[in-house]
Amino acid sequence: MAREITVTVNGTPHTLEVENRLLLVHLIREKINLTGTHIGCDTSNCGACTILLNGKSVKSCTILAVQANGKEIQTVEGLAAPGEMHPLQEGFKENHGLHCGFCTPGMLMRSVELLEDNPNPTEEEIRWGISGNLCRCTGYNNIVKAIQWASAKMRGEETPSTEPEFVS
Amino acid sequence: MIPASFEYEAPTTLDEALDLLEKHGDDAKILAGGHSLIPMMKLRFAEPEFLIDINNIPGLAYIKEENGYLKIGALTREAELEHSDLIHSKYPIFTDASKLIADPQVRNMGTIGGNIAHGDAANDHPAVLIALNATVEITGKAGKRTVPIDEFFFGFYSTAVEENEILTAIHVPIPSNGTGNAYHKLERKVGDYATAGAAVQLTLDSDGVVTNAGIGLTNVNPTPLRASRSEQALKGKKLTDETIAEAAQYASEDCNPSADLRGDIAYKRAMVGILVKRMIQKAAERALS
Repeated sequence: MAREITVTVNGTPHTLEVENRLLLVHLIREKINLTGTHIGCDTSNCGACTILLNGKSVKSCTILAVQANGKEIQTVEGLAAPGEMHPLQEGFKENHGLHCGFCTPGMLMRSVELLEDNPNPTEEEIRWGISGNLCRCTGYNNIVKAIQWASAKMRGEETPSTEPEFVS
Repeated sequence: MIPASFEYEAPTTLDEALDLLEKHGDDAKILAGGHSLIPMMKLRFAEPEFLIDINNIPGLAYIKEENGYLKIGALTREAELEHSDLIHSKYPIFTDASKLIADPQVRNMGTIGGNIAHGDAANDHPAVLIALNATVEITGKAGKRTVPIDEFFFGFYSTAVEENEILTAIHVPIPSNGTGNAYHKLERKVGDYATAGAAVQLTLDSDGVVTNAGIGLTNVNPTPLRASRSEQALKGKKLTDETIAEAAQYASEDCNPSADLRGDIAYKRAMVGILVKRMIQKAAERALS
């Protein structure tokens, strides 16, 4: 009940023998030792395990590792070179787009595809775009701002102010 | 949660997949998007001994018009339906439904074929296909056959697809001029099953008289439900507040919802009435535009 598969993770090919029933998220975390991809609900609800499979954002807790045979996987570790940040990571940092950080890798990987499909999304499009990712800390406002900030940066435009808004 | 052990093959032709089905019979399950099957396997609600992954078979994902039909390959992802220009401009009911199915990541995997073949009245495409009078293309070793959507759903998780067959496409008659369609479901939150859902397709003549009506309902009956009395109430009539209210009333009376965390029976019947009314209005608006 096992087979050999080859997957390319963040540009590096890995050939390994896996059980048919191994989930993709466990392949990534436990066989390839990239623990940036999180397991939250384990029921395809929360989005913490979101990765890119051949460029599409998917929930790796609900895909078998054997289904990824021959495919390209990108995880949060592959977003930027060590010591550097992807504009989305920078946006989350600048806008306090995280508190505990558990949902962040999934939010980032989902947002990568969101901005590829739609480089200049409205606030509503962002909120629908991350509707498969749950955050239990932030109330989402700063996550939305972080994605807006990154979208401006990636389009080469001036990034919005990161000063907090005070209600008088 | 990790599924129980199983054998796995990923054939690259439909013939190989059918051979595997022939060999393993009802011990085997087809794996398409997997977002209904894998969660069930993790929970041990399903324990297939053999998984036949059809994702590597070319030619099963397409959206095209041909010989009077819109043909959608079974392996077409919800995200492909959601973003298709042809679908958006001519068959907006599929856009309505697809963007309400689960969330973007799930729609990147989930397929229209799986949504139907799963045989769950809580899924959204069954009601849509009822409203559009679709037929389902099923392929076996002997060749292809088509089954009208009204003869497709047998019961909970039970459909016209035999254990040695694969659902390969959906065929929707290309609607005549003056046709509009719409779908909406009430859901408590993104990713939930419908509390209730209604799919409506109407054809209006130049005088505004309804010449054809199709109405399907989601998750308010053990099987996906055609609201036949509502359809009849509209045919041959102009759409007025009264005819629309009558059709909506029939749908709320004729469905058989069960009480659950999404609401009690009276609430669900009331929601069916409201959704049918609104979707008739939206389908009519689209028919006229």
